[in-house]
Amino acid sequence: MKTVKSQFKFKGGVHPDYNKELARNQPIEKLATPAELVISMSQHLGAPAKCLVKVGDFVKRGQLIGEKNGFISVCVRASADGKVKAIEKRLGPAGGMADAVILDTTAKEEALAEGTETPTPSAPKGPILPPLDWKTATKEELLKRVEEAGICGMGGAGFPTNVKLSPPPGKRCEYLILNGAECEPYLTADYRVMLERAPRIRLGVEIMRKILGMPAVRIAIEANKPEAIKAMEEAFADIEGNVEIVVLPVLYPQGSEKHQIYATVKRIVPEPPALPIDVGCVVENVGTVAAISDAVELGEPLLERVTTVSGDAVATPKNILAPCGTKYSDLVAFCGGEKIPPAKIISGGTMMGFAVSTLDIGTTKTTSGLLLLSPSRVFQYSSQACINCGRCLRACPMNLNPAEISKAMEADDVKTAEDAHVMTCIECGACSFGCPAYRTITQFCRRAKASIRARMAAERAAAQAAAEKEKQKAEGAKAN
Amino acid sequence: MKPKDTQEHFVLSSSPHAHADSSVSRLMLDVIIALLPTTFMGIFFFGMPAVWTILVCVATCVTTEALCRLAMGRNNTIGDFSAVLTGLLLALNLPAGIPLWMAIVGSVFAIGISKQVFGGLGMNPFNPALSARAFMLISFTGPMTTWLKPFWWRTPDAITTATPLATMKTWFAAEATASATPHGLCNSACCGVPSLWNMAIGNIPGCIGEVSAIALALGGAYLLWRKVITWHIPVTFLATVFVYSLFAGGAPAMMQVLTGGVMIGAIFMATDYVTSPITAKGKLIFGFGCGLLCMLIRQFGGYPEGCSFAILIMNAVCPLINRWTQPKPFGAK
Repeated sequence: MKTVKSQFKFKGGVHPDYNKELARNQPIEKLATPAELVISMSQHLGAPAKCLVKVGDFVKRGQLIGEKNGFISVCVRASADGKVKAIEKRLGPAGGMADAVILDTTAKEEALAEGTETPTPSAPKGPILPPLDWKTATKEELLKRVEEAGICGMGGAGFPTNVKLSPPPGKRCEYLILNGAECEPYLTADYRVMLERAPRIRLGVEIMRKILGMPAVRIAIEANKPEAIKAMEEAFADIEGNVEIVVLPVLYPQGSEKHQIYATVKRIVPEPPALPIDVGCVVENVGTVAAISDAVELGEPLLERVTTVSGDAVATPKNILAPCGTKYSDLVAFCGGEKIPPAKIISGGTMMGFAVSTLDIGTTKTTSGLLLLSPSRVFQYSSQACINCGRCLRACPMNLNPAEISKAMEADDVKTAEDAHVMTCIECGACSFGCPAYRTITQFCRRAKASIRARMAAERAAAQAAAEKEKQKAEGAKAN
Repeated sequence: MKPKDTQEHFVLSSSPHAHADSSVSRLMLDVIIALLPTTFMGIFFFGMPAVWTILVCVATCVTTEALCRLAMGRNNTIGDFSAVLTGLLLALNLPAGIPLWMAIVGSVFAIGISKQVFGGLGMNPFNPALSARAFMLISFTGPMTTWLKPFWWRTPDAITTATPLATMKTWFAAEATASATPHGLCNSACCGVPSLWNMAIGNIPGCIGEVSAIALALGGAYLLWRKVITWHIPVTFLATVFVYSLFAGGAPAMMQVLTGGVMIGAIFMATDYVTSPITAKGKLIFGFGCGLLCMLIRQFGGYPEGCSFAILIMNAVCPLINRWTQPKPFGAK
């Protein structure tokens, strides 16, 4: 095990104010189960889970309440004991509406009183899933455990982890990369996990190595987190095999999967639909890795996570370990409430997070941060014409021409945007960040991508329908 | 938690929610600041006529911008300082003694025809100040090529003169007829061409803002330091002029760089965002093209000075250069 400095700086990138000092030195604090939880059935990338409970049901902590619904999907478990108060569409952290189970956790006693079986109040709580010994368990058992524990990428996108850990036939994982860059401003959740849960991360790495067939391991951390680097060095000091800690230059978006792969092993992921596994890499967020070790060794599914609550409008910024489904308002109350009335509430960080309209939203497995910003931190823009200054080109980590895409989309010219490779855009926000004309370039890119995706879906559906018709016709001819 | 009726007041917008705090007006202001040294040098050498020309151009440009926006029913954009900058740049590219009504006509052309007709800042294909200068050069050839001597008030009997460029132009001709000797060159130098030192500080006849190479270089350094411009265009532009003159004969290469509009053109005109390529590679091509065309016009053209036309021609080619030099996405084949 050794620590090396990354030699490969990607082109572009920006330096937003990190503002991490607000919450950096706040140890992780555990939040007592709130009275109400809003547990979304769509906490991950892909198809929402299928709800298994109905209103009035009593559920136990860890009980399966949402079933995985398709290949790219993740199951959902109750993050506390309680009574299902309602199942309804609720606003999610990303702004979209999704089915959510509203859990009344104060109804627990009542549940036991009403129950037909005799309750055993003093019985010690056992593990939710049977603990596994990772050394003796088979690869398939471990993978199954990751799946049934409902683990998805906790860095932001929420990609199902068991899918990521099962490379398609013919592809092999050569490098397992641990993403500890946490390049989003304000957020310190991963940083605290690295400091306080280093042995769990180490164990998670050993389990993942086993599942993936002993790839080399690279632990990527930005140079501005020396304590985290030290904690990882200590935790991994006696590990065997090819393991390196790679110190990355401080540059946004260093935490982006593709840029991290480049910075650590100098491989370049081709344009979409290519994935990191196509260049032999699997990238996992450090929090996810710790969750895997909990799921295997302790039998504890992913029911809670660390969320950074920060911003200049919060009384005391904190890193909170809270059950998934905790409402934003409960998190803010735990931080001592608002210091000043916030002008903007953001799910996530300031570069890629989502502005939301209310604190009445439940956290998910991917909620890394909640920011409350005062009016002085909220820039109000009126977008001007592009002056062709080229700052967005220089900032774009994907080396696109964001100016051209934004100008094309202003005229609803999706074709030009597509020709300018807009589908390669990772929506990191570096272009809009530096735009002196305050153009909403990232938003233009999102619009272009959404409209291209919609068109591709329509084309696929049309092709399918045509094929179906062809088939029917052929069958009809045969019958005749 | 906030009461329900105030929840509507949270700002909703697409990410990113952070901004580098740069702005168009700040960029324009930076260019204006960078022009101050050469503006002061121009006033120092050419006196009150320079002051009046600058004031009239700036005032006319700002007024024209406001009136145009009003007439088009669009928002007022004088706050972005681009009209102030255009006025200042135009004035610095005029001879100090120009009749003020001509400066007014030129300023109206710069903003009205060259910029607002196309939709305002960001839409104009040609540099407004330069196209106005070209328009004036063709319309008012006499006054546009009558130059005040530096400190003309000390020599009241002969206040106007030819620029060093006009003299230098004859050297190309002299070389072409193969009659030039080093001795002959020296003679011409004694008659019409100032010393390198005078060229560097600006003690030579010329447009208000183009004479002092040192002041212009200072402004260029400021723009590079503030990251308003990149090195690509100025360096390739100046290097092309220098190298061309090394091989083409005529005036010494340093003289070609330091006289006429090359310095102000390379640092302030060719680097205009709107009318220059957006990629680094494109900027290199653009700078090279400007330098080459400038020297071709100086050597073979009908005008002693070719800098403005060179940049304007390259402005026209800019969309093509942009098309040729699209960046290759990270991960693309």
